[in-house]
Amino acid sequence: MTTVYFIVQQTMFFSIPLLIVALGGMFSERGGVVNIALEGIMIVGAFSGILFINTFQSALPGQPILILAILVSAAAGILVSLAHAYASINMKADQVISGTAINMFAGAFAIYTARQLRGVQQIPFQNQFRLQSVPGLGNIPVLGQLFFQNTYITSFLGFAILIAAWFVLYKTKLGLRLRACGEHPQAADSVGVNVMKMRYTGVLISGALAGLGGLVFVIPTSTNFNATVSGYGFLALAVLIFGQWRPGRILFAAFFFGTLRAISSAYTGIPFLQRMDIPNVYYKMLPFIVTLVVLAFTSKRSQAPKAAGVPYDMGKR
Amino acid sequence: MDKLLKRMFAPNEKSGFLPSLIAIAIGLVAGFIFLLISRPGQAVGAFLTILTSGFGDIRAVGEVLYHATPILMTGLSFSFANKTGLFNIGAAGQFICGAYAAVLVGVKCSFLPGHLHWITALAAAMLAGALWGAIPGFLKAFYNVNEVISCIMMNYIGMYLVNYLIVQTVFDSRYNQSMRVEASAVIPRMGLDQIFRVGPRISSVNGGIIIAIVIAVLLYILLEKTSFGYELKACGLNRDAAKYAGVNEKRSIVVSMIIAGAAAGIGGALVYLAGAGNRIDVVDVLAAEGFNGIPVALLAMSNPLGVIFSAIFVAYLNVGGFFMQRFDFAPQIIEIIVAIIIYFSAFALVFRNLLRSMPNKFRKKKENQTEGGGGQ
Repeated sequence: MTTVYFIVQQTMFFSIPLLIVALGGMFSERGGVVNIALEGIMIVGAFSGILFINTFQSALPGQPILILAILVSAAAGILVSLAHAYASINMKADQVISGTAINMFAGAFAIYTARQLRGVQQIPFQNQFRLQSVPGLGNIPVLGQLFFQNTYITSFLGFAILIAAWFVLYKTKLGLRLRACGEHPQAADSVGVNVMKMRYTGVLISGALAGLGGLVFVIPTSTNFNATVSGYGFLALAVLIFGQWRPGRILFAAFFFGTLRAISSAYTGIPFLQRMDIPNVYYKMLPFIVTLVVLAFTSKRSQAPKAAGVPYDMGKR
Repeated sequence: MDKLLKRMFAPNEKSGFLPSLIAIAIGLVAGFIFLLISRPGQAVGAFLTILTSGFGDIRAVGEVLYHATPILMTGLSFSFANKTGLFNIGAAGQFICGAYAAVLVGVKCSFLPGHLHWITALAAAMLAGALWGAIPGFLKAFYNVNEVISCIMMNYIGMYLVNYLIVQTVFDSRYNQSMRVEASAVIPRMGLDQIFRVGPRISSVNGGIIIAIVIAVLLYILLEKTSFGYELKACGLNRDAAKYAGVNEKRSIVVSMIIAGAAAGIGGALVYLAGAGNRIDVVDVLAAEGFNGIPVALLAMSNPLGVIFSAIFVAYLNVGGFFMQRFDFAPQIIEIIVAIIIYFSAFALVFRNLLRSMPNKFRKKKENQTEGGGGQ
């Protein structure tokens, strides 16, 4: 049973950032803007958040600084995504090119700034954010041990974002209009929806979520930030497509991938798998191979937003 | 010649590269501003070093060509797939698989005589890269799997697999790297060491750059001068229309990815067969060369001949960035500059429209003036 608890806790660390960032990407793409810059936005978000923690940790320890850092990361993410929004919406640029540029910029910017400010590339922080046990809830048998022990507030934030994302996308005027802009912007425009504003909204939401997703990824898995999020932005993109641009399926895809990833990184702690004595390279490749195979079986009918990646041209029919 | 120049600078031609030049200017200015903000006193010196080091002497030019080689190949890989409407973000995996195949042949097949050794190693790399490109192509063509995801997955699978295979076959545990390839597997210098040298100090450039340029020209001919290339491009422009016109669009997608993968795989071989003590590190990090090819290709607007120049240009900035480090700036400033250049090159459409409307306005003004003069 302890093994199961361990795997579930590990799965959270891998799945939650994927979930948050993929949901961010969903808002951008459902609005009609392909956001391949998720990786770069995550890097800048994590960089700003960790730099903030590193600077103020001695003055303000504990959970409050984590919450402030989350806000800082989200704000930084919004700032970067503005560049992407301007290029793809105002300038009608190729969205993939702009995204690639941002990905390239982000890593270099994080290293350059860290080295100019601190002399070294890595920014360390003290991880005092782990919750041994959530008061009250942590004492529930089984469930408490599964979800409320050895966890971070960011895990709960992930689920809160999921519910909010589902609600906004399907139950509000904003969500309906956003989706319309991603499917057929000319039609949306003809009934008075401001396509530009909607698309900006979508991209900026994706910036905020990707920015804080970067921080959420770094906090449980490391004690310093080294200008990388290990390709998690790209993996989130894969989760987004695997999840067919829908919140529920994205949740499934994120946890599917996260569970495999957790097993592959922690299989030595699982007696059953350890006894099988399979070379660890297979475990490392497993999440990627399984995702490929699953995609081969499920991609025939893709439900990508029809206008994603296409700049809005008012005169086009 | 005059015609060619006109075409290159013509604002209304798609092939005109004036927008790229504007983007480059903006990127350089932005980079200078970054330097100014971080350390005003040394910014000018550092910036001039970036701009001049690549031309410093003939040996530096050789270094530029040496560093241009891998990104030229991965740039070709990206642009070739891009012409068929595919986004090959999998060059990192194709590159490292090619690199491994080349090193494996380079270490193990010492029985091959003379030049045959390095040529075989190169061919092995090409095949390995092609295989790694073929899988996403196949999945895209027959199962409609988005090639961006499958390429990302293949990058990681390739990285882990190659690390494992190196440890099993050609491992040097002292350095946690692959073994050194045999001398006969090193690509000959093809006389370039006689050209790019200052006295006894020769540069690292070798025959790899010649091979890469030849491949770029071949790919250009394939794309622009053959009916097969025309079919590939038709697929990229509109897959359904191409199918309607009788193009086997599934085959085109697979073949395009095979060629793109082969190019990236050769890139891997050119790095690790270059002598210079290059060996594959056994670390869980994706090959950076794979991603660095993307900006090179984008800057060249995916034209294989343009990729030659953009690869040399990016390498020239990188060499400049290396020398700039003596001013105590992080060399990442170069990546920042390139990123900004790419960002603004995405505005090509706007720049082009601006440029096109400028002479028109000018002409209209003139016409109005002459008309006015005639009336009096």
